[in-house]
Amino acid sequence: MPVAPDPFEKFQSYAHPERLVSTAWLEEHLDDPGLVVVESDEDVLLYETGHIPGAVKIDWHTDLNDPIVRDYIDGAAFAELMGRNGIARDTTIILYGDRSNWWAAYALWVFTLFGHDDVRLLDGGRDRWVAEGRAMTTERPARERVDYPVVERDDASIRAFKEDVLAHLGKPLIDVRSPEEYSGERTHMPAYPEEGALRGGHIPTARSVPWARAANEDGTFRTADELAAIYRDEAGIGDADEVVAYCRIGERSSHTWFVLRHLLGVPNVRNYDGSWTEWGSAVRVPIVTGAEPGTAPGTGAR
Amino acid sequence: MTEPRLPAALAEIRDEFLELGESDRLQLLLEFSNELPELPERFRDHPELLERVEECQSPVFIVVEVESGVVRVHATAPPEAPTTRGFASILAQGLSGLGVDEVLATPGDVAFELGLTRVVSPLRLSGMTGMLGRIKRQVREAAA
Repeated sequence: MPVAPDPFEKFQSYAHPERLVSTAWLEEHLDDPGLVVVESDEDVLLYETGHIPGAVKIDWHTDLNDPIVRDYIDGAAFAELMGRNGIARDTTIILYGDRSNWWAAYALWVFTLFGHDDVRLLDGGRDRWVAEGRAMTTERPARERVDYPVVERDDASIRAFKEDVLAHLGKPLIDVRSPEEYSGERTHMPAYPEEGALRGGHIPTARSVPWARAANEDGTFRTADELAAIYRDEAGIGDADEVVAYCRIGERSSHTWFVLRHLLGVPNVRNYDGSWTEWGSAVRVPIVTGAEPGTAPGTGAR
Repeated sequence: MTEPRLPAALAEIRDEFLELGESDRLQLLLEFSNELPELPERFRDHPELLERVEECQSPVFIVVEVESGVVRVHATAPPEAPTTRGFASILAQGLSGLGVDEVLATPGDVAFELGLTRVVSPLRLSGMTGMLGRIKRQVREAAA
């Protein structure tokens, strides 16, 4: 890693402490060579109202999604996006954003699909930086374009598709949506009706662990012990398990993916980005309603 | 059948957007966002009079007044939701002062005529469509 990790004590009990940086550390390291700060928000204009000095903006809708197919951009488009923002293959990327880092975690997960090695999250995200009164600017950094190699996206190891999930039923599956979405009372998250589905409920056998349980009030991650109590003791996830997480479009489950993969160190975790907007509208896939996980059809499992 | 025409103020706003290159359109949306007027005092202390726009991902509230056949649109949204504020500001500026029939004749998909589809994304624009739908419903109720 080109830039040394943040030695902040809280991070040291996580499986991969180098995946997080604190606001105080970042403030000191903003000018480090080989480090680029990336803001990724739900609100497409938020960066323009002010951002961390030197940070570039990468938007999940307009930069990371393919404009036509429901999929991510390809290797060539990713190389162009990185190069234009002054990010080289060995650059240390620090991601932060609004809404407890949902979109920053989502971008981090997409960057990982392309095998970008050194991607880290700012613990607490944009809100914490702002709340602490740290510097913000509206000035766009002029970053020199660099060469970024064209790398094929690897969808096999950390991304799950609908067919993968069908074959996965019976193995650990985490639904990170709200309890109302899980039970099927709602087909969409409060205030997100355009991201709805035709049916309400959850994928059979999925355990409900809303994403927010991993975060403190201020948006920072809970301690390693607290996270282990939720995901290892309560949800029963072990290191030998293959795990799939999903939500509605894959952004909240990117947050949980980050927790499981990097903070708890579970080796085999995939994010199902099709999530409920696909599953809840697909024809003839099994669905369970109510508060119980239910059983996998045809197997009698759980 | 003729295409429904945009009211003059909205058409002017649309032209302002379309004259710009795509990246400058975001900057203009930010200007609209910054221009969203404060709620009139009579609504400031009465949040119960305002309607939440559920189609938007951020808390935005609108209220419509119709007096002597003239429509006024008021809206409020937090500074952390500049896109939503921008949409609200466009509609408040583009529709306030119009007659009831003119507001009701505004095409429901005007959000998609502003040249923002690529820079903002269609999913986000549906919030503006929802806002306009609620404004029209309030106008209909107030005029009834």
